[in-house]
Amino acid sequence: MSEDVTLSILRFRPEVDREPHFQTYTVPYREDWVVLDALNHIKDHLDATLSYRWSCHMAICGSCGMMINGEPKLACHAFLRDYRHDGIRIEPLDHFPIERDLVIVMDSFMEKLSSVKPFVIAKEEKPLSDGEHLQSPLQLMAFKQYTLCINCLLCYAACPQCGLKEDFVGPAALALAHRYNLDSRDDGNDQRADVVASNEGVWECTFVGACSEVCPKHVDPAAAIQQAKISASLDWFKAWLLPGAHR
Amino acid sequence: MSRRPYIRKLERNWWLGQRRYVVYMVRELTSLFIGLYCVLLVVGLFRLAQGRAAWDGFLAALSSPPGVLLQLVCLAFATYHSLTWFALTPKAMPLMVRGEPVPAMAIVGMHYGAWAVVSLIVLMAAGI
Repeated sequence: MSEDVTLSILRFRPEVDREPHFQTYTVPYREDWVVLDALNHIKDHLDATLSYRWSCHMAICGSCGMMINGEPKLACHAFLRDYRHDGIRIEPLDHFPIERDLVIVMDSFMEKLSSVKPFVIAKEEKPLSDGEHLQSPLQLMAFKQYTLCINCLLCYAACPQCGLKEDFVGPAALALAHRYNLDSRDDGNDQRADVVASNEGVWECTFVGACSEVCPKHVDPAAAIQQAKISASLDWFKAWLLPGAHR
Repeated sequence: MSRRPYIRKLERNWWLGQRRYVVYMVRELTSLFIGLYCVLLVVGLFRLAQGRAAWDGFLAALSSPPGVLLQLVCLAFATYHSLTWFALTPKAMPLMVRGEPVPAMAIVGMHYGAWAVVSLIVLMAAGI
C-alpha cells in the first residue's frame, strides 16, 4: 500500500516573489525517510526550482538546518514518521534573512564567528623541532564538548535574543570562544575579551537556554556562555582591584 | 541578478508559540515582583528613619490583608525564580573534583543546602 505525505514549504524566489509564501508538495511516505529525503524527492521529481542547502546527510556538515514545524532542526536528522500525523511545515531558519526558499543569508554569522578569533593563540611561538603542544586528557575534557559544534545555526534560530538584537554575537560563536579560552594551549583570553565580554557578547544572553535544547551535537552553548559570564566578571574585578593589572 | 534577501520581522507575541519561551518569559516576569519587594524594603527603611509612629504604621500596612497578599505573591514569584535558577546552576557552575565532574544533582543540592542555612540564620536573627 502506498502512502503519501504532504509538506508545506515556505518559498521565496526574489526574482518573482515580493514576499515568501507557502507551497505544498505531496511525496511518497517512507518509514526510513528524513525530511531531507523528501526535499530531494521534490527537487528531483516535482520541482527543480526548490532551493535548500545540504551536503552530508549524516548530521556532520551542518548545512541543512531549517525550521520544521516551528522547531530548528537538521533536515537530515528529522524523520518523516515523527511529523507526518501533524503535517509538516518547513521554513528557513528563523532570525536570518532569506536568500532564496530555504537558503538563509549567513554573512552576519561568519563575521561574528571570525570576531571571536576561533583558533589557538599560542602563549609563545616555538619551532617545530620542539615538538607538539602536549595536552593531558583532563585538560582536553575541560573543553571537548564545545569542539563538537558544526555551525548549523540551529541555536541562532532558537535564540530569541538573536532575533531581537541583531548585533548579539550569539550562542555558537560565544561557545567556540569559550572553547579556546579553556584550552590549556591557548593564551588568547585577553584578545577575545573585547568581543566576548562586551554588551553584544555574553551580556546580551538572558539564559533562555533554547540554544542548548535544539543543539544536535549536545554542545550546550548556554552553559558555555554562563561560564564565560562568570569568567568575564572575575576578569573585570581583577582588573579593577589588583594593583598593576591592566584595564 | 542582484541579491534581494527578505528580512522577516519578529512578531511582538513571538514568545506565545512555544512552551519553552512562555516559561522563560514567566521567569523574566518574576524579576518585577522581586524588584517590587526590594522597593518595599527601602520604603520600610525610610519609615524606620522617620520614627516610631511611622514604623508602626508601616508594620500595620504590611499586616493588612492587601499587605499580606502582596508579600505572598512576591514570595511565590521569588520561590519560582530561585528554584528555576537552582535547576540551571550545574550549567553555569560546573565543578571538577579530582578530575571528575561533580554530578549535577550534587551542585543543585549544595544550593538548596546553602539556601536552608541562610534562611535559618535569617530566622534566628529575626528571633523566630
